[in-house]
Amino acid sequence: METTTTIIKPQKKFSFLDLKEIWDHKGLLYFFTWRDLKIRYKQTLVGIGWALFQPFVTMIVFSIFFGNFAKIPSDGIPYPIFVYSGLLFWQFFSASLAQASSSLVSNQNIITRVYFPRLILPFYSTLTNLIDFGVASLMLVVLMFYYGFAPEWLLILLIPVLILITFMFAVGLGLFLASLNVKYRDIKFILPFFIQMLLFVTPVIYPPSILGKYSWLLAFNPMTGVIKTARTILLGGQTINWLQLEISSLAAVIIFVVGVVYFKKTEKYFADLI
Amino acid sequence: METVIQVKNISKRYKITHWQGGYLTLRDVISNTFKHPLRFFKNKMSNIISGESREDFWALRGLSFSVQKGEVIGIIGANGAGKSTLLKILTKITPPSEGEIVLRGKVSSLLEVGTGFHPELTGRENIFFYGAILGMKKKEIVDKFDRIVEFAGMQKFLDTPVKKYSSGMYVRLAFSVAAHMEPDILLIDEVLAVGDAEFQKKCLEKMKSVARDDNRTILFISHNMNAVRGLCNRCVLLEKGEIKMVGDTEAVISAYLKHREGEFGKAVFEYPTDQSKPINIKKIKILGADGTVTAHLEAGMPFSIELGYSVNQAVAASRIFISCVNEEGVELFVSCDTDKQPELFTNREPGNYRATFQFPATNEISLAAGDYFLRVRVTSDPQADHLIPLTIENLAKRFVELPGVMALASKWHLEKIE
Repeated sequence: METTTTIIKPQKKFSFLDLKEIWDHKGLLYFFTWRDLKIRYKQTLVGIGWALFQPFVTMIVFSIFFGNFAKIPSDGIPYPIFVYSGLLFWQFFSASLAQASSSLVSNQNIITRVYFPRLILPFYSTLTNLIDFGVASLMLVVLMFYYGFAPEWLLILLIPVLILITFMFAVGLGLFLASLNVKYRDIKFILPFFIQMLLFVTPVIYPPSILGKYSWLLAFNPMTGVIKTARTILLGGQTINWLQLEISSLAAVIIFVVGVVYFKKTEKYFADLI
Repeated sequence: METVIQVKNISKRYKITHWQGGYLTLRDVISNTFKHPLRFFKNKMSNIISGESREDFWALRGLSFSVQKGEVIGIIGANGAGKSTLLKILTKITPPSEGEIVLRGKVSSLLEVGTGFHPELTGRENIFFYGAILGMKKKEIVDKFDRIVEFAGMQKFLDTPVKKYSSGMYVRLAFSVAAHMEPDILLIDEVLAVGDAEFQKKCLEKMKSVARDDNRTILFISHNMNAVRGLCNRCVLLEKGEIKMVGDTEAVISAYLKHREGEFGKAVFEYPTDQSKPINIKKIKILGADGTVTAHLEAGMPFSIELGYSVNQAVAASRIFISCVNEEGVELFVSCDTDKQPELFTNREPGNYRATFQFPATNEISLAAGDYFLRVRVTSDPQADHLIPLTIENLAKRFVELPGVMALASKWHLEKIE
């Protein structure tokens, strides 16, 4: 067997080789995700059913108040399915962001005692939410049957791209906030508030069209492109706004890269500061 | 001989500001910047010019040593000497500020066993997760699973959530996983402080066989001179972040104990208050038979040890230990506060406490006259390990001075039978 040599030195410059390290530790990424799923629904009666329950109840409440009473337009689509398609991606995003941001602090006893690529922590938080996303999508399929919508079959291939954009946006922002959270615990207080604010600048409960000539501003929020495109694919009605989708993808990639670089830069002192 | 660990001029510097206030809040940083903009810029400038902040604390300074393949090396030293920092650097948890370390082979560490165990998961699930954290592949864990379980002796409890385990079971399972890692270099930090005596022995045997039969290298950090003596061929003595001595185990241990002897005669020991510790020992006092504070005790007379501690938060499982070690490092007795009050193990209310341990010497049996060390430990906090020197004198001549760790004043019963 070949012996591996480890060299430990003070300053480690950032390199994209570090991303390869995650690949080498993919087994650990799997175990973290697996553990998170096991723990999440231990000692609950409904178990994974909670992944369905939350967006479903939110949909009902939003449909009653925003759709029925406030009469928020929904581009001619029945409001319940309109809001559910948005909520599906929104909850995947917001839960991933929240968990990724606290992933370092909540695993601090492991961080201070064992070495492994720290990047795994914010990543696995997102992967577990992807499972919830999958479960919650089943409800969307049911709703589509109920309201008689058929997706654009060819365009459905775009759905994984939308998931990837959401993932990059959530992880990128999460990485940045997670490393800040190690040093400044203020993040814990800012985050729920911040996520709530984000909901209002994302076209979840309303269509971007209600902003009229300012609707292009929303394109800088990667979730706008994601949710709008998802609605077009699944519920039809419009053509895909490719420019908007490209802006969203680019914004997500930039946020992701900045997040990773910042995280790697601060990573070495996590164990000392946490 | 092949060098597998090469430590070259390693130093570690901490900025004390990060230590004192716990974590910072953004508000403090912002308000300090605005309240004293001039001071802020002056500090920034002086930092840039001098290249370092004034509030530096060197946890380690200029450490160099090397370890050969198959060697078992002990790292000893008082609390705060830098032992744990060294281990954290070796395991890549924190980077050194200066210097370089070269490690040849697969490295695995055993720091504070059970880290990464999740209370809600069963023993079986935790074996997999803990194995993965330590760096094993899934296939490796599956292959070794039976051996791990057998070594820990836990077949019956595999599907019980570990929150229902006793602390001894916890340690057994964790040690067992780590011991089956089969790394080329194994780094161990004070893991034997918990667990029952029999299992401790089993662990020591396992480590010995790992080093001897498989020609693996072990770096062992411990306060337990017995374990160090039984396991290590060579030792490094650290003091205040620097290497004081490297050499043969016996020589280094006696140098360490000699050094500690400087404290003989002191009878009250105080320790810093630390709210973040669940159990924080603040004061240790040695009291003679008549209740006066003294470190010079009389053979054959009872003495007591008074502990002042605070419980800052509820702890799931904890014991406070007092053990006694003689000059050769042989452990003479161990006593836990939970021995006769088992409810303390699971239930400690926050507050300040005074606990008194009494050593029941009599006119007929006592520790022999000589110098001893008492170790006071808390299971919930491996950092809390206090070594207290005390002297037992035979001024009243209750006992005849003979070799042995015990002194007896026993009148032999004599009968002429023929």
